[in-house]
Amino acid sequence: MTDTTVNAGITHGLYTDGDPVADTKAPAGPVQDMWTTRKFEAALVNPANRRKLDVIIVGTGLAGGSAAATLGEAGYNVKVFCFQDSPRRAHSIAAQGGINAAKNYKEDGDSVFRLFYDTVKGGDYRSRESNVYRLAEVSANIIDQCVAQGVPFAREYGGLLDNRSFGGVQVSRTFYARGQTGQQLLIGAYQALERQVAAGTVQQYTRHEMLELVVADGRARGIVARDLVTGEIETHAADAVVLASGGYGNVFYLSTNAMGSNVTASWRAHRKGAYMANPCYTQIHPTCIPVAGEHQSKLTLMSESLRNDGRIWVPKNREDCDKDPRDIPEEDRDYYLERIYPSFGNLVPRDIASRQAKNVCDEGRGVGPMVGDFRRGVYLDFADAIARLGKAAVESKYGNLFDMYARITGENPYETPMRIYPAVHYVMGGLWVDYDLQSTIPGLFVTGEANFSDHGANRLGASALMQGLADGYFVLPNTIRDYLAKGPFEPLAPDHPAVVEAQTSVEERTARLLAINGERSVDSFHKELGAIMWEYCGMERSEEGLLKAIDLIRGLREEFWRNVRVLGAADTLNQSLEKAGRVADFLELGELMCIDALHRRESCGGHFRAESQTEDGEALRHDDEFLYVAAWEFGGGEGLGETGRPVLHKEDLVYEAIELKQRSYK
Amino acid sequence: MNLTLKIWRQAGPRHPGELVTYKVKDISEDMSFLEMLDVLNEELNAKGEEPLAFDSDCREGICGSCGLMISGDAHGPERTTTCQLHMRSFSDGDVITVEPWRANAFPVIKDLVVDRGAFDRIIQAGGYISVNTGSAPDAHSTPVPKENADRAFMAAECIGCGACVAACPNASAMLFMGAKVTHLSELPQGQPERDARVVSMVDQHDHEGFGGCTNVGACSQACPKGIPQDVISTLNKDLRGALRG
Repeated sequence: MTDTTVNAGITHGLYTDGDPVADTKAPAGPVQDMWTTRKFEAALVNPANRRKLDVIIVGTGLAGGSAAATLGEAGYNVKVFCFQDSPRRAHSIAAQGGINAAKNYKEDGDSVFRLFYDTVKGGDYRSRESNVYRLAEVSANIIDQCVAQGVPFAREYGGLLDNRSFGGVQVSRTFYARGQTGQQLLIGAYQALERQVAAGTVQQYTRHEMLELVVADGRARGIVARDLVTGEIETHAADAVVLASGGYGNVFYLSTNAMGSNVTASWRAHRKGAYMANPCYTQIHPTCIPVAGEHQSKLTLMSESLRNDGRIWVPKNREDCDKDPRDIPEEDRDYYLERIYPSFGNLVPRDIASRQAKNVCDEGRGVGPMVGDFRRGVYLDFADAIARLGKAAVESKYGNLFDMYARITGENPYETPMRIYPAVHYVMGGLWVDYDLQSTIPGLFVTGEANFSDHGANRLGASALMQGLADGYFVLPNTIRDYLAKGPFEPLAPDHPAVVEAQTSVEERTARLLAINGERSVDSFHKELGAIMWEYCGMERSEEGLLKAIDLIRGLREEFWRNVRVLGAADTLNQSLEKAGRVADFLELGELMCIDALHRRESCGGHFRAESQTEDGEALRHDDEFLYVAAWEFGGGEGLGETGRPVLHKEDLVYEAIELKQRSYK
Repeated sequence: MNLTLKIWRQAGPRHPGELVTYKVKDISEDMSFLEMLDVLNEELNAKGEEPLAFDSDCREGICGSCGLMISGDAHGPERTTTCQLHMRSFSDGDVITVEPWRANAFPVIKDLVVDRGAFDRIIQAGGYISVNTGSAPDAHSTPVPKENADRAFMAAECIGCGACVAACPNASAMLFMGAKVTHLSELPQGQPERDARVVSMVDQHDHEGFGGCTNVGACSQACPKGIPQDVISTLNKDLRGALRG
């Protein structure tokens, strides 16, 4: 059986150890000075030379749209790609709650350092200090920029911006636009982008999906994309490539991600040499609408801003679980977060709120319909808030969320408590990047959710929008110039072996998917993969479960390439073919996530290992063994769907500005 | 519930299309309309027939990707997006017709998928405030009265789905455009380009082949975000002001 001193992954021959990896771009010196220093030291590109430099950006969400607009304004030649029919549809649009910024407009003790501290602590001390400090530092500029663009943030009667507080912190630093903050920020970035399209600095390729990265002579030099309307496989060359292609939460099939959100751009880059960092770090969001049945195609988030005014509870007694909640008296309710964490109460970080919801449901105290053997839901109750503030005030804050809930469930949350349950929402893991947001492939930059750097093992609320826009508006445009200053590079010939290889591999893969003509639909594979991931690599992971999951995924992947049925043709709009390519990559990613989760025999943030908990069931970190970023190198593999043993490269995490502590929200 | 679906199938932009009849059984009222179509697609795939193509992404009513004419109503019988329409709005035995948006400016790509690129081009014509990254003053330097901020937000809620165009007998995009003009006109930041913006956007709108507005009001009724018709009045007022100089 398992050897307790040697890591299980090694024992089972699942991966090998490689050399350490280090960020060489963050300047020396105190964290407060690093960004100023880096901006000064990064080479400049003369305005006249910028139009000779081509930059490809994949993805048009907050990270990609803002970067494309900003680089276009600077005068670079930008090509931007999205699989949706318009850049405005990127999934950033669905973010509800808000965006953090260290403005201290409330004079409640906020500062850049506090936002930095909260983010590092919230991330359970698994993020990189230098990147997080910079994020906090530029946060205030984001709000200024967005207001100037006309983003209609919520305002007070005096005409100034309003703020709210969010989970995991004790100050009010979150700017918001009712429950549609992501939409409003994205529309701001989108409009800035369209302005550059009109100005001719940006070419926009909608309904195009990146299917391969072109790495020529050691540099990322372009992409192979499929025109989703005509089916044409196109190669686009550039001096640098930016992936802003979002997260891979859809590996779980059911998640709050959009239907099309996928890992393909990142995974193709990973296969070409970009390391994938901490892939197992998944955020399970505590406040989502519970699963209603087999047909469910996605899950819907209810913004965690609801936790500001809503109180979370389950019945104390199992017998009460199928009663009308309004008939359960106060003394028979267990407000379990307020009970266990008196100082943070309902505002504990997401990972804790999610795990405790799972625990009470596992105890048999969940509410709502039975899913499998359990009721998977807890109450989020606004009765007190409505009594205290009035229905109108609650409606003005959360009206659209309440409407959405009523629409989906057929229940009225003003009358009866909402039911919520955790769902996969965000991934902290992603492609490894240095301080410049450059991956291990020179010339390949990664921004937003697609990279790993800012959120450690858990992301605080209202920080995803902040990171996406920080990366796109302020960080990348300042760091990529240091690389672009070495260009323009030799033009990439269409018969360059790297181009031919990339283009041929996409064509072969497409042809293969269409030729299998097996028995099972793409969705059936996706659902089965999702069920494996949720069961064994979800809110709680164990060595035994992860080993089982790896076996199951390998079997499923083998079957996929033998038995999937993709109908239709290659030279037309073919949504089954699009999904098949994405699921094929999820089937490889899922295994790596399980290997990463298996090797990290500690609990931290969104990664809770059953073998590593305190006596009272709280997460137990092991800083002595795991104070590092796990950056995985692709293990090779020749045939379609084949993956070799990945190689683990460790980046040691050093905390100089912040003292390392076990998190406590009690 | 069991339903009869008459769905528009069209192989490509230059192919003729037709309504094809399908039967679906045991549909749960908790399914969304698109999940019902997912069920149909799985059945078609199992039978060896190519699944039908339709756009959807976030499936929470905010991205604006989805949009179907359901028995003649844009997004169906409720005021919401197609993805947020649930089968509890239908009854056992219903016959439901499903078609793409119909407008010259939204050509059909395949089945239920249309090209809404015209909306992007209208925004490119002026639906923005010209401010480069890094040049913004402090966010509190210009207070915005709450009333204006709230109306700007209301207009900015537009998701660009195109239901307004599909519902309009003239296939006009005036509600879409009026929403953007109103959003930016309500804000102090939007004033410097106010005149040029509206003229340029209206030019592009007409160039794309959208029809004129005759105050029918079907757009606003179909809008899943409830954008009121008075944004068109704001647009017209701004246009008059701009043309007078």
